[in-house]
Amino acid sequence: MKTATLSLQKRGNKLASPSAQVDFLSHTSIGDSFEEKLQNTGIFPLTATGVDIFQVNVGKMCNQVCKHCHVDAGPDRKEIMTRETMQLCLDALKGTDIPTVDLTGGAPEMNPNFRWFVEELTAMGKHVLVRCNLTIILANPKYHDLPEFFKKHQVEVVSSLPYFTARRTDAQRGEGVFERSIKALQMLNEVGYGKEGSGLTLNLVYNPTGSFLPGDQAGLETEFKRRLKTYDIEFNNLFAITNLPVSRFLEYLVDNDQYESYMEKLVNAFNPAAAMGVMCRNTLSIGWDGYLYDCDFNQMLDLKLEPNAPNHIKNFDLGKINNREIVINQHCFGCTAGAGSSCGGETA
Amino acid sequence: MAENKSYYNPEDLKKFGKVTEFQEEMGKKFFDYYGSVFKEGALTAREKALIALAVSHTVQCPYCIDAYSSDCLEKGADEEQMMEAVHVAVAIRGGASLVHGTQMMNKVKDLTM
Repeated sequence: MKTATLSLQKRGNKLASPSAQVDFLSHTSIGDSFEEKLQNTGIFPLTATGVDIFQVNVGKMCNQVCKHCHVDAGPDRKEIMTRETMQLCLDALKGTDIPTVDLTGGAPEMNPNFRWFVEELTAMGKHVLVRCNLTIILANPKYHDLPEFFKKHQVEVVSSLPYFTARRTDAQRGEGVFERSIKALQMLNEVGYGKEGSGLTLNLVYNPTGSFLPGDQAGLETEFKRRLKTYDIEFNNLFAITNLPVSRFLEYLVDNDQYESYMEKLVNAFNPAAAMGVMCRNTLSIGWDGYLYDCDFNQMLDLKLEPNAPNHIKNFDLGKINNREIVINQHCFGCTAGAGSSCGGETA
Repeated sequence: MAENKSYYNPEDLKKFGKVTEFQEEMGKKFFDYYGSVFKEGALTAREKALIALAVSHTVQCPYCIDAYSSDCLEKGADEEQMMEAVHVAVAIRGGASLVHGTQMMNKVKDLTM
C-alpha cells in the first residue's frame, strides 16, 4: 500500500477531527463498552495514583508521516509548543517531586526551543526522556550532533523501530526509514547509548506493522537483539506497544476493512490486570498549547482532564490532578489488551 | 438454519472453544493439552508458531493457516521465516511421495530384465 505523505488534516480527511473520531469510536459498538468492561470487573471509575511521568507533547511537526501515527504528525503540521508554554511547564514542575519528564511529538527535536527546554529540565534535576524517531538525527546537519547533546544531558532515548526488516518498517514509516534508522542507531551506539556500563539508556519501541497485536515483549526483545546484532546495534530494552484506533491508524483500519475485527481482538484480549496498570494513572500529558490530558491518545482525541481537575498548565494544581478520575473511551481497549500497553511497554 | 455456502466459514474459527458443548471432558483435556504444548519451553513460542504454520499447510487446514499466520506475526516472525516454514512442509510432503519412488524402482527392477 502506498504511504501517504500528507497528514489527515492536510488531506481534509474527516478523521482529522478529534470529535469525528470520538463519535466514530462511540457509535461502533463491539460487545461491552470500555466503561461497562471496567464496571464488570469492579475497577470503575479508574482513578489517578499520582504523577510520576510529566509527558510533554512539544508539537505535531515531524519529518516523517507514519501510517499508524496517532498524532497525525508530519512536515505539514505547524502546531508547536512556545517557549512561554514550556516556561509554564517548568514553573509547574518546580514545586513538585515528579521525577520524569517525557518529551514527545511529532519529532520533539524540531521544536526550536527543544534544547533549551532539555537544559532547563536537567538543571532542575529531572530525568528527561525523549521519544526520538531516529531519522531526525540524519534529516539535517543541524541535528547530527543530537547523540552528543543527549549524552551531555544524560537524556534517556526511546526510539521507534517497528521491525528489524526494511520491508515492514518502511511500509509503516516511509521509504528508506529503516536504513536511516539503522544509521542513527549506530550513531547513538557510537557515543555509548545502549552500551553496557555507559549509563546511557537506549530503548526501542516495537509496535505491530498492521492490524495484529504485539506478542510477548521478552520474546520480541530477544529476537530484536539477535537480528539487530547483524548491524552491530545494541540497545537496552524493547517496549512492545499496541496500536490504538486513533487518527491515522484508525484511518488504516477503516480503509482496509479491519476496524471491527481489530476492535474485536482488543475487546476479547481485555485484561483487568493490564487495566489496573495503565499509564494514564501515573502520567500527566501536556499538549503543545498547554492543555492537560490523561494521556497522549486522549490529547489527540481532545478529551481533556475531568472537569474537577485543571484543564491548562497555567492552572496546574497537583493535588487536584492526583485525585482525578481518568477520562475513558473505546480506544482505551488498546492499552488493556493482553499484557497491556503503555509508553513503557507491557503493564501486566 | 441458513444453508452454509461453504464447508469452511472464517467465523467458525471463533467457535473452536465451543466444541466442548458436545463432549466436555475430552474437549477440556484437549484444550489444556493444547495450551501446554504452545507454552514457551525448550522451543520458543515463536518457533512453535512457525512449526504450527508449517503443519497447518501440511494438513491444509484453513482455520489453522489463518490462526498461525496471525500468531507468527504477533510473535515477531518475518515473511521469509514464515515462507521457509511452508517450504519445509512442502519439502517433507513432496519428499514423502518421492521417497516411495524407491519402492517403484524395486518393483520395476524385480519385473524387468
